[in-house]
Amino acid sequence: MTHTQKRIVVNKIIMVLSSLSALVGLGFLFWILGVLVLNGIDALNWAIFTNEGAPPGYEDSGLKHAMIGQLYIVGVATLFGVPLGILAGTYLSEYGQKAKLAEIIRDISDIMMSAPSIVIGAFVYAIIVAPMGHFSGWAGSVALTIIMLPIILRTTDDMLNLVPSTLREAAFALGAPKYKVIIQIVYRGAKAGILTGVLLGVARVAGETAPLLFTSFNDNFLNTDMMEPMASLTVTMYNYATSPYEDWQKLGWAAAFILSMFILGLNIIGRIFLLKKRGK
Amino acid sequence: MSAIVDKFFFYLTRTIALGILLIVAWIFVELFNNSLDSIQAFGFDFITEDKWAPNLEKFGALPAIYGSVISTFLAMLLAIPLAIGVAIFLSELAPAKLKTPFGVSIELLAAIPSVIYGMWGLFYFVPIIRDAFGGVGISMLTAGIVLSIMILPFIAAVTRDAMNTTPDILKESAYALGGTKWDVIKDIVIPYAKAGIIGSFILALGRAIGETMAVTFVMGNVHRISADLTQPATSIPVTLANEFNEADSGLYYSSLFELSLLLLVISFTIISIAKFYFLRRKRIGA
Repeated sequence: MTHTQKRIVVNKIIMVLSSLSALVGLGFLFWILGVLVLNGIDALNWAIFTNEGAPPGYEDSGLKHAMIGQLYIVGVATLFGVPLGILAGTYLSEYGQKAKLAEIIRDISDIMMSAPSIVIGAFVYAIIVAPMGHFSGWAGSVALTIIMLPIILRTTDDMLNLVPSTLREAAFALGAPKYKVIIQIVYRGAKAGILTGVLLGVARVAGETAPLLFTSFNDNFLNTDMMEPMASLTVTMYNYATSPYEDWQKLGWAAAFILSMFILGLNIIGRIFLLKKRGK
Repeated sequence: MSAIVDKFFFYLTRTIALGILLIVAWIFVELFNNSLDSIQAFGFDFITEDKWAPNLEKFGALPAIYGSVISTFLAMLLAIPLAIGVAIFLSELAPAKLKTPFGVSIELLAAIPSVIYGMWGLFYFVPIIRDAFGGVGISMLTAGIVLSIMILPFIAAVTRDAMNTTPDILKESAYALGGTKWDVIKDIVIPYAKAGIIGSFILALGRAIGETMAVTFVMGNVHRISADLTQPATSIPVTLANEFNEADSGLYYSSLFELSLLLLVISFTIISIAKFYFLRRKRIGA
């Protein structure tokens, strides 16, 4: 075999191997997606949206308590996390820029984005749950806020940085003070990008389970008092899936399906915003 | 007036930005303070002792550390070759029509919450392992495999992005010299994207070691060091998820806090290495 032939054969082998591994990888991933969709749709019915949890064996138990609890916990976290994250990101992009302090905050935020979320749960347990003496929806929201902050901060920082400095300079030349330039010019220019960051940040924390296990804990019934333990789709899913009761496991799949659709939906909307911006 | 608002806005944003640093410092301090009892009681033995016996008030973290290391190692071992294959396929091989839909589905799969990977593992993968190796199917091996599938889309997406940064002109020059696709990939694309690719592996490692939900379902939380990968085992996050709400004594809590601190330090270190050595920050637009 000549050298050239050898190279061609090696090339073919590698191409086949690579396509195969792509097939295996994608196969696994679509297997999970398929399982999720099939089980989820199979388990869905109207009662899931209108009824609360029930002991195993009851016919029409639902997930209303978990869905509403989830909305409360994630909603409050968003209410705190988004404005704080955007303001902190504004500091980095508009005031800090390449200063040492800003760089340190960026680095620490990047690291926090990948830090284990269960550790945040332990931290919030120590500062909120233990002093209060019981689990609460607030504790869950605080844990999710801490996880969301660095994500919003970094995307805001990046997105504001994309706004051309000529726009800022034009506004300054008209005599506008810096805060007005930021709010009226820079924020407007970066609107779509910031929105994408917010959507992705919310999507990210909505799927978090570990930090809620010992902060908001769980509740099998509807509760809207943030001072009390609160159900969430994720923790409910975990409890139901690991229970030995088939009807609870089925509810677990329904919860998984609803949550995934919500998260994928946010991701897709976020991407569309970003594409639109790029298209302009 | 507007000068005051201007100052106010500056200090407001600055305070919040500094608040992030404060929170991170607070996390370390709080975890450390809560670990003090355990640190005083066991000292350095905490990480070398292999007995975890809450009823005897004896806590050694070695089985959990061992489980974290081995399950993560298994996950990386399985995920990296597959992910590289997927990345090569997505960036160099796939027909243009397939690139976008496949690429987007990989990215969306990376967004699916890890608890769902764990659930899938429990219901669909545990029986396979049970049939293949006997036992209960809940094991170190199962955890490693489920973990590898969870980090696969992340590594594949980041590796593909790194490969895509290779300038076309470099690839075209290599093709013009008569290079095959594989020649171009191994001699041009991979060397060019090397730092980004290794960075993504290490970042994935950092995520895998702290991952809780994907493995909690399938690992078993058994504090025993066994060379047999088909035996139930535990890891640091699995121990935390299973035992935090059951702890009934101060020392038990304190030991769990020390585990949390340990995990935070380990993942901080790994992620910092990925970040500072391999993934120098690229600002969008810069």
